[in-house]
Amino acid sequence: MSSYHLDHLQYLETEAIHVLREVAASFERPAILFSGGKDSICILRLAEKAFRPSEIPMPFLNVETGHEFPELIDFRDRRAKELGAKLIVRTVDDAFAKGLATPTPGQVSRNQLQIPVLLGAIEEFRFDCCIGGARRDEEKARAKERFFSFRDAFGQWDPKNQRPEIWNLYNARVNPGENMRVFPLSNWTEMDVWEYIQREKLEVPTIYFSHTRECFRRGGQWLPVPPPHATNGQPDVYAGARPTAKEPLKTMVCRVRTIADMISTGMIDSPASTVDDIIREVAAARITERGTRADDKASEAAMEDRKKAGYF
Amino acid sequence: MPHSQHPIELLRFNTCGSVDDGKSTLIGRLLYDSKSIMEDQMEALERSADITGGGQVNLANLTDGLRAEREQGITIDVAYRYFATPRRKFIVADTPGHVQYTRNMVTGASTANLSIVLVDARLGVIEQSRRHTYIASLLRIPHLIVAINKMDLMDWSEARFTEIRHQFESFLPRLDIKDVKFIPISALNGDNVVERSGHTPWYEGPTLLGHLESVHIASDWNLQGLRFPVQWVNRPNNPTDKTLHDFRGLSGQISGGIVKVGQKILVLPSGQRSTVKEIWTCDGAVPEAFCPQSVTLQLEHAIDCSRGDMIAGTEELPGVASEFEAHVVWMHQRPLVPGKKYFLKHTANNCRAVVTALESKVSFDTLENETEPPAQLALNDIGRIRLKTAKPLIFDGYRTNRLTGSFILTEEGTNHTVAAGMLEGPSELYKPEYTDFAI
Repeated sequence: MSSYHLDHLQYLETEAIHVLREVAASFERPAILFSGGKDSICILRLAEKAFRPSEIPMPFLNVETGHEFPELIDFRDRRAKELGAKLIVRTVDDAFAKGLATPTPGQVSRNQLQIPVLLGAIEEFRFDCCIGGARRDEEKARAKERFFSFRDAFGQWDPKNQRPEIWNLYNARVNPGENMRVFPLSNWTEMDVWEYIQREKLEVPTIYFSHTRECFRRGGQWLPVPPPHATNGQPDVYAGARPTAKEPLKTMVCRVRTIADMISTGMIDSPASTVDDIIREVAAARITERGTRADDKASEAAMEDRKKAGYF
Repeated sequence: MPHSQHPIELLRFNTCGSVDDGKSTLIGRLLYDSKSIMEDQMEALERSADITGGGQVNLANLTDGLRAEREQGITIDVAYRYFATPRRKFIVADTPGHVQYTRNMVTGASTANLSIVLVDARLGVIEQSRRHTYIASLLRIPHLIVAINKMDLMDWSEARFTEIRHQFESFLPRLDIKDVKFIPISALNGDNVVERSGHTPWYEGPTLLGHLESVHIASDWNLQGLRFPVQWVNRPNNPTDKTLHDFRGLSGQISGGIVKVGQKILVLPSGQRSTVKEIWTCDGAVPEAFCPQSVTLQLEHAIDCSRGDMIAGTEELPGVASEFEAHVVWMHQRPLVPGKKYFLKHTANNCRAVVTALESKVSFDTLENETEPPAQLALNDIGRIRLKTAKPLIFDGYRTNRLTGSFILTEEGTNHTVAAGMLEGPSELYKPEYTDFAI
């Protein structure tokens, strides 16, 4: 019987493919949230496996804060083109312009502001389902997520009243205006993602690999120094996110372990320059992946609160 | 596919027991002693210990991820945790103890290879222990560990351990669990969880983790009788590759058995026959595939076949019926009332269903069916029902195949998932001679 046996990555893969096909069969207007990050790179590979030789039957959606790493944006655009997919980008700045969102006084990070932009895009395109690369091992509120996570007409998650999810029988029923968030990588760990990238020989953006970068110390993290303020007469989008005189600067040999935008992503000291190096580093890591995410440190329930409000 | 140097087998287990039996503490202990807790998680635990716990680190806070859970010190919803040892990878579903959250226990247990039922050594077997063991048996989880916890509070008494074991053994024969292991532990102090305890020289079995690492799970999938529920029809629009012009793939996850190129198959319920022409995967065609792989089949003949249909081998045929007997776990505040219509989901099939009769309800005192048919099934009740579907289903008994023998019911309008159901085996198998025609 031993030849009829799946190893852990093959098991996780077949589970995720089943979930993706269930979305394609159950929803009229699904979308894939694609940021160019490592988890959504795996989602795209799984979507190829689920739907080829047909086209991937859903567009890609990305919400930009305006503080993105340029490497990530380039990679995102190129990958979508290679796959022949339609890429929809909506930005926090658009939402300001349309009056859908208001800047929070004194708050530099636009992490929270992604929520109204995402909900706005769902409404604009009448998406009834958004596929995301979130994993349960990332964060303890996410550990409570279903594969098919129901959101009401306001995009809200009600963690105390979730639909029971039994066997592989996903309840995909939503009423008009309601929405489903689907997480095919629910059971994957950070290590599984890297091992899958290794096995499938997937390309990832260069910022995951060791490089030299100017960083500054803030809130226990080494944050990247933002690009210089363009002299175009516009206000500096990085105002408040630039190092002050009191914050020490350092030129680091570093990489990212998890990517938000430039304001929320801590760089880690690392010489890892290949996927094999990264796997060795993850195996030996003594802090969690999201330990380098400034957006999670606001409080013990930071993720739970954002998810309740519609965060992905 | 080449195997990496990493652990290759995945074991899914859930922990259940009553409130305060120490489930979350046990998982915290497993993570902590297997060095799966990271420094920032430990710092967060220590921070909350200083604020709310009088300085004592509470390992339960690792899994109780919702604010309401931390406030009340209980687990509300299933929390999933992941850890690995050099021998295996584990997915843990920490499922709630409160009776009111039985539905979440069913959720966590439905995908498990193994269940850990925790018993407080001071209390012995209580209704919740029987309920959880019964659910593990009903869901046909192949392996059970009874972890008798808080043995430190009973001075590590072998007599007490044996007494509780006998309490279990008095009702286990009425259930359907083949592999049961009893382990004396203290989750709080770590005895016999990862490290062998010095307090139990009388116990010769493995530690809890030792058992999790070595229990034989390779045969937990059903490899008898091909079952392939068609999930999605794969027809490329305007393919640039000319060889794909006639591509018509049937995509799905194999729910039982093995499929081979050249194999004769039946498409059910229509009964059309064909042969497997190709097993297509994104990485190239393969000569065979097996449960639970996700693949795309091409058949020799262009026959009508779409989502909801079942492809089966010509041997070991499934049942076909539109009237069923089943066990259900009721999961909603609004009780199950006979005569009400629900949406039923079974494999890739959605259809309307009506509950035609409520036959019996399980009593958790005796683990037997109550003699009187109940008027309704309330939240967390388990009962035996009859139901009728608007179209025939191709199925197996849940005992034979967990994937083709299970269904859920959802309520029209609210779309709540209201029941998990397990079908009794078919009284009659599909008879191919009725539709015995070749194309």
